[in-house]
Amino acid sequence: MLSIDRSIVEAIVAHARRDHPDEACGVVAGPAGSDTPTRHIPMDNAARSMTFYEFDSMEQLRVWREMDDRDEEPVVIYHSHTATEAYPSRTDISFAGEPGAHYLLVSTREPDTEEIRSFRIVDGVVTEEPVRIVDAAVDPHAVQSYMFGQSPATVDYECSGR
Amino acid sequence: MAIEVRIPTILRSYTGGAKVVEGAGDTLGDLLTDLDSRHAGLKARLVTDAGALHRFVNVYVNDEDVRFLGALDAKLNDGDSVTILPAVAGGAFGFAAAAAISQHRAAAASAGRVTHGAVTSGAGRVAAVGRVAHGAAVAAG
Repeated sequence: MLSIDRSIVEAIVAHARRDHPDEACGVVAGPAGSDTPTRHIPMDNAARSMTFYEFDSMEQLRVWREMDDRDEEPVVIYHSHTATEAYPSRTDISFAGEPGAHYLLVSTREPDTEEIRSFRIVDGVVTEEPVRIVDAAVDPHAVQSYMFGQSPATVDYECSGR
Repeated sequence: MAIEVRIPTILRSYTGGAKVVEGAGDTLGDLLTDLDSRHAGLKARLVTDAGALHRFVNVYVNDEDVRFLGALDAKLNDGDSVTILPAVAGGAFGFAAAAAISQHRAAAASAGRVTHGAVTSGAGRVAAVGRVAHGAAVAAG
């Protein structure tokens, strides 16, 4: 289960919409061992491609060092698929190198709704997990759950700007 | 000669959980061979059967990506710090196409060894143009 604040999800979706039709990518850092994503870091897609993403190696070094200095780890690694479903491709699986991270995928293929799904990818094995979007800004106890990435069609992401 | 090597989470099973280990060598290739003598299996995760640095990892000497320092031939000095990170990449793309890109990049990186400055500044210009175009699109939207 990935629990993530709604404001962070909205920022990720906004990033994915902004870079559409190219794939967008980034990290959400959180305190080491907490499994709680707290700091959204949009990354450049060095591949600038509609079908491929890649962190810029120098930006990645800077961001990973910064996380190390702050005693953080990459809790979420996200990217968008802009014409296909939010499910890890064979490429995603071959490259997945952070066994502790939640791999969050956002599909922007539909202009009005986003599909958001989260996966663990360990040793080439993909396991989907529920995403729990937490409304900390509104009410810390209010929780809305999406099981297994059903498109949250009823949610209006005001950051999507449409 | 001691060189500090930072090990990413995914490879710490080879170092008994250690985040930082020390090794020795005149080049990155020598260093990895030295590390492998104490942390068996580590080198095979970083170097392909063909003897090239694996596509799925980034290795840095101090603040430089070794792809621009000669990869496994990159020279090391006492006190250098080597950082290994898993490359973060993927996408909707098929794997064959991704492999084609990686070959293209390897070619670009070896070209980069010859004319490093030119390649770097070229990439910088492309990135800057990308950002300008991107900003314009947002403003228009």
